[in-house]
Formats: sequence, structure tokens, C-alpha cells
Amino acid sequence: MGNNNVSLLIVDDEESVRDSLYNWFMEDGFRVRCAENAKEALEMLEAGSFDIILADIKMPGMDGLEMHRRIKVLNPEAIVIVMTAFASVETAVQALKDGAYDYITKPFDPDDLSHLIRNAAKQVEMKAENEALRNRIVSLENIEDIVGRSEAMIKVLKEVESVAQSNSSVIITGESGTGKELIARAIHSNSARKFFPLVTVHCGALSEDLLESELFGHEKGAFTGAMFNRKGRFETADGGTIFLDEIATISGKMQIELLRVLESKMFVRVGGNKEIKSDFRVICATNRDLKKMVEERAFREDLYYRLNVVNINIPPLRERTEDVPMLVTHFIKKYCISMSRDLVSIEPAALKRLEQYDFPGNVRELENMIERAIVVGNGKEVRLKDLPFRADTPVNISESLQDVEKNHILQILNKFDWNISRSSKALKVDRVTLYNKIKKYDLKKQKGKG
Amino acid sequence: MSLLGQHILLISFGQFDKNFLEQTAAVVKASFGLPVNISINYEELTKYYDPMRRQYDADKLIKYIQFEYRRTDAKAIGLFRVDLFIPILTYVIGQAVFKGSAGVVSLFRLKNELYGLPKDEQLLFERFYKEIIHELGHTFGLSHCVNPACVMHPSIYIEEVDQKEARFCMKCSGELEKE
Repeated sequence: MGNNNVSLLIVDDEESVRDSLYNWFMEDGFRVRCAENAKEALEMLEAGSFDIILADIKMPGMDGLEMHRRIKVLNPEAIVIVMTAFASVETAVQALKDGAYDYITKPFDPDDLSHLIRNAAKQVEMKAENEALRNRIVSLENIEDIVGRSEAMIKVLKEVESVAQSNSSVIITGESGTGKELIARAIHSNSARKFFPLVTVHCGALSEDLLESELFGHEKGAFTGAMFNRKGRFETADGGTIFLDEIATISGKMQIELLRVLESKMFVRVGGNKEIKSDFRVICATNRDLKKMVEERAFREDLYYRLNVVNINIPPLRERTEDVPMLVTHFIKKYCISMSRDLVSIEPAALKRLEQYDFPGNVRELENMIERAIVVGNGKEVRLKDLPFRADTPVNISESLQDVEKNHILQILNKFDWNISRSSKALKVDRVTLYNKIKKYDLKKQKGKG
Repeated sequence: MSLLGQHILLISFGQFDKNFLEQTAAVVKASFGLPVNISINYEELTKYYDPMRRQYDADKLIKYIQFEYRRTDAKAIGLFRVDLFIPILTYVIGQAVFKGSAGVVSLFRLKNELYGLPKDEQLLFERFYKEIIHELGHTFGLSHCVNPACVMHPSIYIEEVDQKEARFCMKCSGELEKE
């Protein structure tokens, strides 16, 4: 981070002081603004934040100490340096007690001022670096949540690996709860952009107007309630990646806006007129069939092709049931650690039931089931009764054993779209046995089922 | 702002030797590749003197230069022998208006004798023209440079003036050409 990334506010009622300091810091490459009194300074702080604030302690209207307290409310992260023409131990102590970074007496020795600002700028830089590293650690941790050794998941992870190094737009498709956001994180964390932010926007959760201001930011007064200037998500994602979840839900107007930004990487804040440039990579996710939406004219074709450079499809959990045991072990470990409990095992019957289950809510549903089971369980193992299955498959006492077998085979066949290999695998019988059972029960593929 | 069509004016406010001024102008000319003229100014400096601080107000002197030489359309740098200050700092070696038309540089704090060292006229000359080039750099819109060998590196200590060279680093040269 160079000085030009550090913003500085000078607050002093003497014009000559403001001008001198302004010039001094401009020469050092800082982004500098000046205020001639506390009121003006506080107004500026309401409109935007500053990294370093140099404030005179004696000013008409409101003294520097009082202003300092208010600054800490508006801009708690700011480094405040108090300046005064009268060296007084009491005021210095009070300012430092209130959290000021340092205290400097006018006129300053250039050496002292230079050292003080250099150290403060270093602290600003370290804070930003710390935050970036922390985000990076969080991102890397989250990748561990991608669990699976099924062929389908290995294919997905290979795609992640190859696409991560490029700058191409990616669309991640998959049913709700399959872990689309995790895949987006994995792409970001394995890319050259990993030290910059990954910004997530849940498009479906926001109205058109809110989404516009969320993505592009807004200027103070752009609309009712816009009390401050606010950076948009595109601006925040500079250098990094923006993840647009539920992209299929955005309106036609937003689709046009989005296409324009993706093409130019330039945009204007709502209520503003200055063009802002940002370098970001786009990853989108949806559980809808975008191609079909394009055919139905519900989604712009040009935007679809702009976004769909690479498509990664995450299979639903019911199509990779072999991953269930590994996922169960992973979630048991995750929740036992987070709840500070001893590691528990899983009862074979419970695991078997999970392997047979459809998981309409996919991995998210499985994760919630395990979390709940650990909370309500006996602390030793996850039992079938700890799992939130409805008292499903009500027992029909008039049903014979043959009826039960027939219905079960039919259900499995329908579930796997009458794919004999997969159905026989799920039923744990060989293909010949399955063919014999189909013949025996005269089972037929229903029309409309694939 | 482009270097094309620009010119520099060095204004002597003290008793500077003619030869010394011409040598300084030659170095500055070589550094920027622009025409450099010399002017002698006889302004009474007492009105810029602060008896409390026993120094001369650099900000006021810059304002005077801006006004007095406004018609020359040059980057005008006042050359002084007296100790300069700006209200907020205890002293300045030089000062210029960022992207402006005027600046000041003083020999006072560049003399070896001030630091208990033997007089060295050659070293003094080198320090002086480095600071003039530095302040002119600011008038052309250059900020301080992190490269310790670049003339735009800030010099709080006299050693830092000696450490840097009288030329712009690649980055600052590029910026200067862009400007």
C-alpha cells in the first residue's frame, strides 16, 4: 500500500496551518482533505471515512478533545493525532486516554512529523494487510468443506483447479444446498486474486433498487436514506472476485447494467457522475436453467454468453450417495469441535438411512441434520432417532412383503431414470437380478419419466 | 500540464555569486531539458521575517514570487541564504506549490558548518541544486519518491540530501513526461 492509498484529514482553524500541512502531505502522496473546524470535520466524516486525522486541540466551537470523542464514534478505525500550540501534559494525557494515537506540539520538527505520519501510515497498511490475511485464512478454511471422492465431485474439483488460474467468468449451477458458494470460494482462493477480496452478493435477496446501490454504491443524498457515500460491491471487489449468487433473479434492467459493467469494468455510483474503474472477476451461481431462460427470453442472451465462459455443474447429493459417509464424518468432526464436545461416532443404522435418503436439500440438509443430531444426541454416537426423519414410510399392514419389494424397486428405478446399472448399485443387487425382478413384477417405465 | 513549452526561472534573493548561479542553472537545465533563466530580485526581506522565530516565512515568500512573476508563465524558484520556516514546521529547506508555479529553496540548512562539519563549497553546491530540482519536481506534479537515490526522495536529514542523486528515477521520469 503506497501513501496514495492513505487518506488524511487535517482539522485546524488556522488557514496557514491547513495549507502548509496540505502541501506537505500532498508532496508525500497522501490523499488529503482539510476542515477548518470540528463541525466541518464531523460532516466530512459522516460522508466518508479517513485513515489518519490530524486535529488541533484548541478550536472555536468545539475543542479537539470533544471532537476526538465524536470521531471515535463515527470513524472508530481512524488514527487520530492531536496537535496543539500549547504543550500541556493534562490535555496530552486526556487525548491519549481517549484513544488518540499520538500528540504533537506546534510548530513541528519536520523530522518528528515525518516519523509520526510514517508510523501511522504503516499501522494503516498493517491493519489492511491483517484483514486481507484473515480473509484469506477464512477462505482457505472454507475449502475444507468441499468433501467428496465420488467421480462427479472429483470432476468438479478438477474443473475448479483448471479454471482458477484464468480470469474467465464462471457460472456455477446446481440445486439449492449443493455448495455453489464453496466452489466459488475455492476458485477464488486458488486464483492469483486470492489476496484481494471475495465479495458475495445474494442477488435474490435484494430488490432492483437495492441491488443497484449494493453493486454500484451510491453518493450521499442519491435517494432517501442515503446519508453517506458508500462504495459498491464492484468497487470493493477491486483486484479480487465478485460472486453473484442467484443471478437468474435479477431484473431486465439490471441485466443490461451488469452487461455494460462486465464489458467496460467501469461504472458510476448511484447519484454520482464520476466513472469508477475496478478490476474484478465474476463468478455467478444459479439453481435455474439459464439456457432455458434465454430461450424463453427471461434472461439476456448476450449476458448469458458473457457470464457462461466456463460452466461448473455440481451434482445433487442423491447422485453421489457414495460421498455421504465422508460428508457425515466431516460434519461430525466440524460440529463436535465447534461445540467443544468429544468426537462422536455414527450408528450403522443411522448411516444406512442417510445413504438411502434423497436429500432434496442436498449437502446443506445433511449438514443441518448432523448438527441437530449432535445437539440432541447422547454425546457418544449419532443414532437413527437423533436424525430428523419424519415418521416416514408409514407401515401399511395390508401390504405384503412382495408389494413392499415391488414398490421399492420401482421407486429406485424412477429415481435413477431407469438406469439399470445405477439402480442395481443402489439396491445392492446385480443387474441380472434386477432384470429378473422387473420381469417378475412386470414393472414398466412410465411415460414422461425421462 | 506538459513539459513542452515550459521554462524555469531561478530568482536570486541573496548575494549569490554569478558563477554559482550560472552553474546551478546549467545543472537544472540538463535535468529538465528546459530553458532556465536567472533573475536577481532586490525585495526587502524584513517584511517576511518573524522576530519570534528569527526565521523567514516561506509561505509568504512563495506568495510574493507567485504574484511578482505571474506574467513570466515560468516555474519560478526563489533562491535564499536565510533560514526559512512555514508556520507549522520548525524549518524548511525548500517549499513549493504542488503543481503550482512557485517555490523556494534556501542554502541555510545545507551548510556543513551548521552540523559542526568543515566547510565544503562543492558539497553545498550539490545539495543546493538537488533541492532546487526536487522543489521544481513538485511544481511539475511529482510527489515524494520512495527510491532513496531519486531526487524526489524526501530529505528530512542532511544525510538524505547527500544520499540521493540529482536525477529522477525511472518512475519519476515517466511521471514527469506524462505530466
